[in-house]
Amino acid sequence: MSVLSLKHVTKKFGGLTAVGDVSFDIEENEIFGLIGPNGAGKTTIFNCITAIYTITEGEIFFNDKKLEKLKPFEIANIGITRTFQNIRLFKNLSTYDNVLTACHKSADYGVLSSIIRIGKFKKQERELNDKTAELLKLMGLWEYKDMVASNLPYGLQRKLEIARALALNPKLLLLDEPAAGMNPEETLQLMELIREIRDKFNLTVLIIEHHMDLIMGVCDRIFVLNFGVPLAQGTPMEIQGDKRVVEAYLGKQEDNNAEG
Amino acid sequence: MSWVYFSGILIMSGINLLTVLGLSLLTGFTGLFSFGHAGFMAIGAYISATMTMKMGIPFIPALMIGGFAAMLSGLLIGKLTLNLKGDYFCIATLGFGEAIRLILDNIKYFGGARGLPNIPPYTTLTNVVVINIVAIIVLVFIIKSRHGRNMVAIREEEMASQVIGIDVFKYKMMSLAISALYAGVAGGLLAHYLGYIQPIMFKMVKSTELTIIVIFGGLGSVSGSVIGALLLTFLPEVLRSFYEWRLVVYGAAVILIMITRPQGLMGGKEFSFKGISKIIKRFRNKNKDDGEVKS
Repeated sequence: MSVLSLKHVTKKFGGLTAVGDVSFDIEENEIFGLIGPNGAGKTTIFNCITAIYTITEGEIFFNDKKLEKLKPFEIANIGITRTFQNIRLFKNLSTYDNVLTACHKSADYGVLSSIIRIGKFKKQERELNDKTAELLKLMGLWEYKDMVASNLPYGLQRKLEIARALALNPKLLLLDEPAAGMNPEETLQLMELIREIRDKFNLTVLIIEHHMDLIMGVCDRIFVLNFGVPLAQGTPMEIQGDKRVVEAYLGKQEDNNAEG
Repeated sequence: MSWVYFSGILIMSGINLLTVLGLSLLTGFTGLFSFGHAGFMAIGAYISATMTMKMGIPFIPALMIGGFAAMLSGLLIGKLTLNLKGDYFCIATLGFGEAIRLILDNIKYFGGARGLPNIPPYTTLTNVVVINIVAIIVLVFIIKSRHGRNMVAIREEEMASQVIGIDVFKYKMMSLAISALYAGVAGGLLAHYLGYIQPIMFKMVKSTELTIIVIFGGLGSVSGSVIGALLLTFLPEVLRSFYEWRLVVYGAAVILIMITRPQGLMGGKEFSFKGISKIIKRFRNKNKDDGEVKS
């Protein structure tokens, strides 16, 4: 059963087709890569899935249920969450509070019980704090828990954003360029981490990335987008051997014999 | 200085404080600026005064009814305007505040522009203090729960809040409703302290004064709001002897704070004994082994 399937998804801004007729299925527990040159419409697809944009044409299914007329927060509540290309943390809050806030869906006490502080409030707050601690330790952020998020090094901010996303117990995690700004060593660690969280949280991951080492090393399947239209789809091996993909990234090979 | 005068100023600062506490939740913790809170105060004042004078309802229930009336109007305004982004909401609240004042100016039942006289003086220092303590506790408890954290998240980054499943509109409504409730109750206290109310008391100047207090105390700090409300209500009274200059000094004090501490007096931090002992400890460590201790 496919977790997420896009069927002929099109997004137009006025006369510009940012994403045209894109269809793909992501299977459960898969790490699915979405690549393409700059401006190919990868982030637009993320925004369509998370309902930040409404799609012009086509349908998106999540666990065989059609996503329509949902607000972004409802998308999050059914189990899809994401990170952003330009990191969006709660900048003035501590690392700990960033994750603790995101855990909020694991508790259900109301406003009144938070004022009176009896009943499930204390128990649930303790659970939220335990969960936060567990996530921070898993992501290697525990020693930075009191640091204000905006003071964290860039790589850790990316990790924190992933930790915050995991706090929702998502089924599908969308990562938008998680390795941007990381050095090769950090990228390798991130690769391991993505696999680890996939196995531990039983996740399906959709990932946009420009680091080909990471994409080729971690993804089960890859979808290539160029100027908003699908170019190729397949396993990393297939994609690496695909002439059209190489052309899209590096340009056409000049024909030397055509001179004169 | 006589006790009556002094306790009068205390009551006035308590009333200001109550409104400022509500406004602090809205502005300091949820990140929504309002220039119409005097409107909510006016609704609370007029409704609760009518309840005690004309309906014969006891003081505390009348205050609650006034508060809930303000809360309902807050929900109504919120429903219509909270989808507006940033400054537009602020403009809408400004319009709301002025509209309420003009409507009250024209309702004969409430005495029109001349106002409502002969309101029984039920407000005492004791009930102002008790209500304020309850209000502070409730506010702190809300802020230190998942609901408060969600509000802060909205202040910090709205898009990211949605992506982690926070219903931004609902939490903005909640924040506005609680804030209006506080303002409504404060309005009721004001009416029953002064003994008369007029629409002109709830001008935009009043709303801006309240917002200034919140910013002065520091956005995102309850203790900052408390200190701000007390200081800025006392300051004009202390300066009363040099009458012509008091507004100048008031303005200068506010500008001084903005220049020297743009984050406000408390700057988003809370007053706590733990924090103070931490500062003292750090200070001592610095003296002991200078150079070794970083930051």
